[in-house]
Amino acid sequence: MSVMEGRTTSALLYLDGVHVSFDGFHAINNLSLTLEPGEMRAIIGPNGAGKTTMMDIITGKTKPDEGTVLFDGMIDLTRLDETHIAELGIGRKFQKPTVFESQTIEDNLLLALNVDHSVKGTLFWRGSRDESERIDRVLETIRLTDARNRLAGSLSHGQKQWLEIGMLLAQDPKLLLVDEPVAGMTDVETHQTAELLKEINKEKTVMVVEHDMTFVRELGVKVTCLHEGTVLAEGTIDQVSSNERVIEVYLGR
Amino acid sequence: MTPHILTRSLDRSATVFLVVVAGLGVLIPLSNLLLPSGSALQVPTYLVALFGKYACYAILALSIDLIWGYCGILSLGHGAFFALGGYAMGMYLMRQIGSRGVYGNPILPDFMVFLNYPALPWYWHGFDMFWFAALMVVLVPGLLAFCFGWLAFRSRVTGVYLSIITQAMTYALLLAFFRNDFGFGGNNGLTDFKDILGFNVQADGTRAALFALSCLALIVAFLICRAVVTSKLGKVLIAIRDAESRTRFLGYRVESYKLFVFTLSACMAGVAGALYVPQVGIINPSEYAPGNSIEAVIWVAVGGRGTLVGAALGAVVVNYAKTYFTSGPLAPYWLFMLGALFILVTLLLPKGIVGTFNAWRESRKATEKANAESAALEDGVGEPKPAE
Repeated sequence: MSVMEGRTTSALLYLDGVHVSFDGFHAINNLSLTLEPGEMRAIIGPNGAGKTTMMDIITGKTKPDEGTVLFDGMIDLTRLDETHIAELGIGRKFQKPTVFESQTIEDNLLLALNVDHSVKGTLFWRGSRDESERIDRVLETIRLTDARNRLAGSLSHGQKQWLEIGMLLAQDPKLLLVDEPVAGMTDVETHQTAELLKEINKEKTVMVVEHDMTFVRELGVKVTCLHEGTVLAEGTIDQVSSNERVIEVYLGR
Repeated sequence: MTPHILTRSLDRSATVFLVVVAGLGVLIPLSNLLLPSGSALQVPTYLVALFGKYACYAILALSIDLIWGYCGILSLGHGAFFALGGYAMGMYLMRQIGSRGVYGNPILPDFMVFLNYPALPWYWHGFDMFWFAALMVVLVPGLLAFCFGWLAFRSRVTGVYLSIITQAMTYALLLAFFRNDFGFGGNNGLTDFKDILGFNVQADGTRAALFALSCLALIVAFLICRAVVTSKLGKVLIAIRDAESRTRFLGYRVESYKLFVFTLSACMAGVAGALYVPQVGIINPSEYAPGNSIEAVIWVAVGGRGTLVGAALGAVVVNYAKTYFTSGPLAPYWLFMLGALFILVTLLLPKGIVGTFNAWRESRKATEKANAESAALEDGVGEPKPAE
């Protein structure tokens, strides 16, 4: 049902004419956006522009009232639930870092690995060399190797953000949705996160929502500015930040 | 795979727990049967039955801890599954009475004769066979939990709303079983049992055997729970408890996990109820009372949720206190004491007895380690310790 007859677009993610309203409030208004495979896109926009709602729609948390949301050119995401969409290869990092605080960092990554997620599979699960190697690699990437046996709840805010990015990596998705990855980070951490995302983008398609313009500039990718649930401007960071409307509603004069 | 699960699931407190339960399960029946009555070490039969009751409560507590402590499902209706298992066993015991009942009817239990039942209701058939009854002890609570859980978890009913509908479930069963035309003895329930598998339920030997079996069931239930919570599935359960939607976005079908663990837990509660009934000699609708289920949750909270050992310990400690206080002049105040206990534990010991003990042991270990490290540092470098 959810698979279309043939590919209709080359884009990995394709949103067209999407509308969502909550009790009469139009959170998303005729939103159209495409993400090509291998691309990294930064999404900016004022509070209430619909950035998080857009991610909710892509990951199946919110169902749109109308519009098309296609993944990989032929899978209709509006018909699927969160679990199914995650299994297709769309990973999400939340705005507020959400890790499993009472479990170790290693276990957090183990839970995120894209292996058999069925009840039977996890009940009779036995670790494999391949799995532990993958966890080791992710730990190295997010620089938490020494903390692997610590409880995730004991990490600093920045480290939790990184652990959550690490969980995304362990999930090995095709598309990563990253909501405000540098909120509450120091300048050094922000810089390291930009480097990390650029590294990840070598293999994966990434969509980043962020308010920190220095960080967005550092990413050096195409930028989309949302306002009142629709695309206000799209282009390089210089084009977007010199757009009159963007300055008016978001950046300020 | 089996040895793997066993070695993985046994830490120190689990081993101590198993040794103690197995020891009591062997020593108490031996002391009751072999030592002369009146000797100081002889455990009187009434105490054997009482301890057997505690063991059944401990199994019920384990089943609640499995879903509440590890998966965050607070069921306030688990007494219903316990009672259903008890009724299945009670039906077997009723059929065993045969023509020895007051009315001497070889087929119909006394209450059916009294209520003018023309014949045995269809759902009473098969309960004259022990294997069938034993199957129903697991199957009936399991099936109810599966249907209930399927509807509730698929609709994403969580938290306090789930707790409320579990209360409604047990209350609905209470009202249904109170009815005389429901076919389970109404208000009086099922009682006057004579035999179980041909042995007199009142005999010392049977009581001792039932106690030993309850301890064995407690051990098996504990091992099953440990195997579940120490598997990767156990980590998923904790993940669901701590951040349900995050788990969903990782690609886990949360409702399947909840359904699995809820059904398993209900089956365990059913077994506990089935062992309970021959030892207390009666099962009636009051077992469905919402208060009973809440009391069972208090045992787990007192012992320490998410620890298993604590749940079993809490069941024994609170019930011992109940036995002690309700048989003295303080009897009318027991419910107030139970309420106060719950409030005090929530305020002062939120991790329960075992949880607090574990936290204390861990912090002591950490201090010792830190001391050892600083001592080693002093010895090695000889630097003066900074003033504190």
